[in-house]
Amino acid sequence: MTAPAHHHAQAPHAYVSPIPVRAAHLGDALASEWTKIRSVRSTMWTLGVMILLMFAIGLGVAALASASEAPLGEESALGFGFFGMLPASICVITLGVLTIASEYGTGMIRTTLTACPSRARVLTAKAIVFFLLVFTLTTVVTALVAAAQVAMVDAAEPTGAEWLRATVGAAAYLATLGLLSMAVGTLIRHSAGAITVMIGLLLLPLVAAMFMFSQSLKSVQEFLFTYAIPSQMISLYSETPPFGESGPAGWEPLLIMAAIAAAALGGAYALLNSRDV
Amino acid sequence: MRTLSLGRMIEIEDLTKRYGTKTAVDHLSFQVRPGVVTGFLGPNGAGKSTTMRMMLDLDNPTSGTVRIDGRHYRDLAEPLKYIGALLDAKAMHGGRSAYNNLLCLAQSNRIPASRVGEVLDLVGLTAVAKKKSKGFSLGMGQRLGIASALLGDPEILMFDEPVNGLDPEGIHWIRNLMKALAAEGRTIFVSSHLMSEMALTADHLIVIGQGKLLADTSMADFIQQNSRSYVRMRSPQQERLRDVLHANGFVVVEAGGGALEVDGATTEKLGELAAESGLVLHELSAQRASLEEAFMQMTAAAVEYHAQGTDVHSGAAAPGPRWGTTSEGA
Repeated sequence: MTAPAHHHAQAPHAYVSPIPVRAAHLGDALASEWTKIRSVRSTMWTLGVMILLMFAIGLGVAALASASEAPLGEESALGFGFFGMLPASICVITLGVLTIASEYGTGMIRTTLTACPSRARVLTAKAIVFFLLVFTLTTVVTALVAAAQVAMVDAAEPTGAEWLRATVGAAAYLATLGLLSMAVGTLIRHSAGAITVMIGLLLLPLVAAMFMFSQSLKSVQEFLFTYAIPSQMISLYSETPPFGESGPAGWEPLLIMAAIAAAALGGAYALLNSRDV
Repeated sequence: MRTLSLGRMIEIEDLTKRYGTKTAVDHLSFQVRPGVVTGFLGPNGAGKSTTMRMMLDLDNPTSGTVRIDGRHYRDLAEPLKYIGALLDAKAMHGGRSAYNNLLCLAQSNRIPASRVGEVLDLVGLTAVAKKKSKGFSLGMGQRLGIASALLGDPEILMFDEPVNGLDPEGIHWIRNLMKALAAEGRTIFVSSHLMSEMALTADHLIVIGQGKLLADTSMADFIQQNSRSYVRMRSPQQERLRDVLHANGFVVVEAGGGALEVDGATTEKLGELAAESGLVLHELSAQRASLEEAFMQMTAAAVEYHAQGTDVHSGAAAPGPRWGTTSEGA
């Protein structure tokens, strides 16, 4: 314990801490969030499983393709990256939701916001730390898997632009999908609920479209087939729209996802700021 | 450099919180002064935790303001250096070690990491610093919560029901810690629903019931005004005894079991009086109402959830709170 500070004439005297006051800023919130994300098991589990799935599925698909010796035409082998990306997205969704919703589940959010009353700073720090972690890791993994796929499968040599989209593009897509999950986690404040919503959003449109046999629903079905998240992931690997003439291709799916995530994060900021904790 | 001041003060002004039609906190105004332990007392559901959450800017008041040192909580850049709070011991991520739970808090306020070891040492958790906090007992969790409150070495400390569920050793430890912290000149604000606990630790009392301020008084005044002493008498000739007492100018209150309670008299005097009147006495005893009874009496009207069939007015309870009046014959 520190000695009490002596005060002139006034009693009771005030306590003065020997710890200097230095104004905290976003950088301090980033350090705090980095400690949080690296010190829980769920991060290791979700990212570990993600890496494992991307390698296992990516290499497995490449091995099958190389064994079948079916002609790929003009396509490069990078398109196989999609098969690992879909299951990886489930892991990223889970981690994105848990980054914030687990704080609500444990009550940690009250401690966090007591320590840092600027709620926007807390959410921004979480978003930056989460995005950079997932983006960096998936860029490395997608690059390794893509290199292996290109080496294993006899197909057209990918261009530089294709390489960039299959690695940086795919990683950014996953990390942005994670940001959307984080925003949904902030809005719903419940881990299981938010993960369910996100997985529904990921898979249901495609599943629903498969059962739209009615002619009157044709246009809806086409829209869902084109814009469902898995379809957009496929589009990311393609120079021209893979489903019909319109629809996204190249970098467009990433832009669409970024816009959706930005809108959801905007809602998350607004609600986090106004709501009771 | 921080300027020396009178110490950090919390000012609550006309604070109100409504949830739909239910009013949890009702135009509450009080100040928490530095250098003393201020007890925040009220029955369960009185609005203590809601008030504390609003003080920390976790809940938004429907109206009214809370100022810490003249500022709103949200305007404190590194609040842990001004206020340390223990709201809920389990408000930590159980999957994280005690050390990491504290480290992430320290980092967010630019508190050197070395301080984490210091506070863990202070609360006696050094040996389990690397253990996940979900395996902690209630007492250990409470110590971890207190460590997080002390992290910034703040001038104001706020504890919500800190002794809840603790064993006697833990209760003793927290009591002494609060006294030591106040003696250093810090502002301590501690809530409880137990008067007996407050009587041992608090210097000042804020009592609320159904969100309303019931009392804002020093502990000494509260004790002086509420530990009423009286004499309990029982007689088979109760009617006559009452008449005799009335005739001699005594205030008599009828208690359960045919007993009479007489204020402002000694047993000697009443015994002699009974003998003079030729009355048989079955009981003549000096009594002292406890502070707990005074508290229950005071909040009885404001208790939200009554147990069926219990009546806090029965027994030897005092006739009622007498705020602002000097107690006669006590």
